Amino acid sequence: MFDFDGLKEIWQTIARNKTRSLLTAFGVFWGVFLLVVLSSTGNGFENGMMRQVEGVTPNTGLFFTGTTSEPYKGYQKGRNWSMNLSDLEVIKETIPNIVAISPEASVWTSEDKNVVFGNRSGSYTVKGVMPEYNYIMKSRILKGRFINDSDIANHRKVCLLGKRAYEELFDKGEDPLGKMVRVNGLYFQVVGVVSTYNTSVQINGSADESVVLPFTTMNQLFTQGDNIHFFVLAASDDASIADIEEEVKQLLKQRHDIAPDDKTAISSFNLEEVFKMFKGLFLGIHILIWIVGLGTLLSGIIGVSNIMLVTVKERTREIGVRRAIGAKPKSIIKQVLSESLLLTTLAGLVGLCIGVGIMALVATITANMPSDNMMFQDPNISFKAAVAATIIVIISGLLAGVLPAWRAIQIKAIDAIREE
Amino acid sequence: MIRLENINKTYFGAQPLHVLKGINLNVEDGEMVSIMGASGSGKSTLLNILGILDNYDTGDYYLNDKLVKDLTENQAAEMRNQLIGFIFQSFNLIPFKTAMENVALPLYYQNVNRKKRNQLALEYLERFGLKEWADHYPNELSGGQKQRVSMARALVTQPKIILADEPTGALDSKTSAEVMQILREVNQSGITMVIVTHERGIALRTNKIIHLKDGVIESIETNNPDQIDFNQEIK
Repeated sequence: MFDFDGLKEIWQTIARNKTRSLLTAFGVFWGVFLLVVLSSTGNGFENGMMRQVEGVTPNTGLFFTGTTSEPYKGYQKGRNWSMNLSDLEVIKETIPNIVAISPEASVWTSEDKNVVFGNRSGSYTVKGVMPEYNYIMKSRILKGRFINDSDIANHRKVCLLGKRAYEELFDKGEDPLGKMVRVNGLYFQVVGVVSTYNTSVQINGSADESVVLPFTTMNQLFTQGDNIHFFVLAASDDASIADIEEEVKQLLKQRHDIAPDDKTAISSFNLEEVFKMFKGLFLGIHILIWIVGLGTLLSGIIGVSNIMLVTVKERTREIGVRRAIGAKPKSIIKQVLSESLLLTTLAGLVGLCIGVGIMALVATITANMPSDNMMFQDPNISFKAAVAATIIVIISGLLAGVLPAWRAIQIKAIDAIREE
Repeated sequence: MIRLENINKTYFGAQPLHVLKGINLNVEDGEMVSIMGASGSGKSTLLNILGILDNYDTGDYYLNDKLVKDLTENQAAEMRNQLIGFIFQSFNLIPFKTAMENVALPLYYQNVNRKKRNQLALEYLERFGLKEWADHYPNELSGGQKQRVSMARALVTQPKIILADEPTGALDSKTSAEVMQILREVNQSGITMVIVTHERGIALRTNKIIHLKDGVIESIETNNPDQIDFNQEIK
């Protein structure tokens, strides 16, 4: 029940000694403020970090061929081998829960400026991929479209330009779609412009600085044959990528006469582990932040409790008089607890508001900074954390008042009235 | 109104101190009684017991025909709040509350709403000629004014009995006379009054003087205050 009368009674005692109340409240204010700022900063780094890996499906596995280390079925060890497209098809058909699979290969050239448009040229990585690649390692499609199934089936001579390649080869604002670009001596029609979501997770160079071709077209035109040395796959969200990784490797070993226990013939890793590491790291940071923040808050609350004890001692006479004129122990407890609660809650809320306000300001400033590689984004605390902090402050306000309240009811009316 | 039967009280300190040794006392409704005695005679202890601020070891204390014994803190607080008004030597006003708020405070503990409370407080202040001082804090008031505020506070709940502990102890003789005049008027309105004092001049303004010595009632002197000019300064 909202008790305005009681509130006024409490406010009067708090306001009576402004300096002391302010100093007391400062401890709690600082604790909450620090908690908010630290927690928001932690979130900012996490958001920034997570943006770096945006567009990457966590359930992604990467596989590459190596040389065998065990002799098997008449083959000697140290054999180089390669996979082919039918391997990928078999993998996708026989192993469940694979949603996308795509090889990735590059054409190496000794040519310095390998990509030419009009009188401009530049050096870019030339990659060949399947349409499904864009599901696994997402790119932002700025113009046009990604490679599609029909490009693959018809071995179309089309290409995607990375953002930087586009900016360097074309005039600002010029429409590249449909234009013919010379790549390693052959002409391809531009069907899209892509850019990376992030700069941290990159395979074979940034998509921004690449020219992407349909895998089949590339193999045919640059006579690389059907050899695959690297591919990526994405598993469905509920599947274990680690299990799939193992199954894929066993299947490949079986199909290519490699000893089942060969450790070096196929290398692989999955991004889930990387993600887990990130998550673990940020969990650790968050725990640390909460420990530091709550520790500061705790010392603030002990400060409140301490000051309240002194206050109660100083107010012995006042409390005694109140008792004499009819205050019940309950009303004395209520008064002391309410004072402590009001003081901590107000201080806590001010800390919360100022903390959130400052972080909002920081967020605005960072959002306006050139931010391709920004490791810091949207520093704010979640609504849940704010609610949690508020509840903690309220509970601790009550706790801070318990000891002083207990002391206060030990004061008998007679103690106060007795003349010393 | 007050009936004490063989009240004993001992303070157990390093040296047990038998303060009250079998007090028997009757105070009738509407009486004005003073308790006199040397320092250490037990008069303050007796007043504290009367005011349910302290408990006693053996005997029976009837206040308004109710036995006051082994009360819980809540019961004691309630009885104090409803039956007793206190006047203290050092006024015991709350320094950060205005005169009006001080007077209204006992009503706050009776859950009287704010408007009613302040209105009643003002009425009582007016009765004591302090209406213009209602918004002043205690440190802005003279001793006599403070004591009048504390009398207003004691009376605002319309108690059956007023207990005054050396009500003029901190006042000069002229103000003391004024305060006694007021207390006399209060008593004449039908409120029982017990005053603890060591000043003969104060005691002489009550109907009955109880002399306490070493924890026993030495004598009870009947007195007629009507012979006294209440306007005269107390020596």
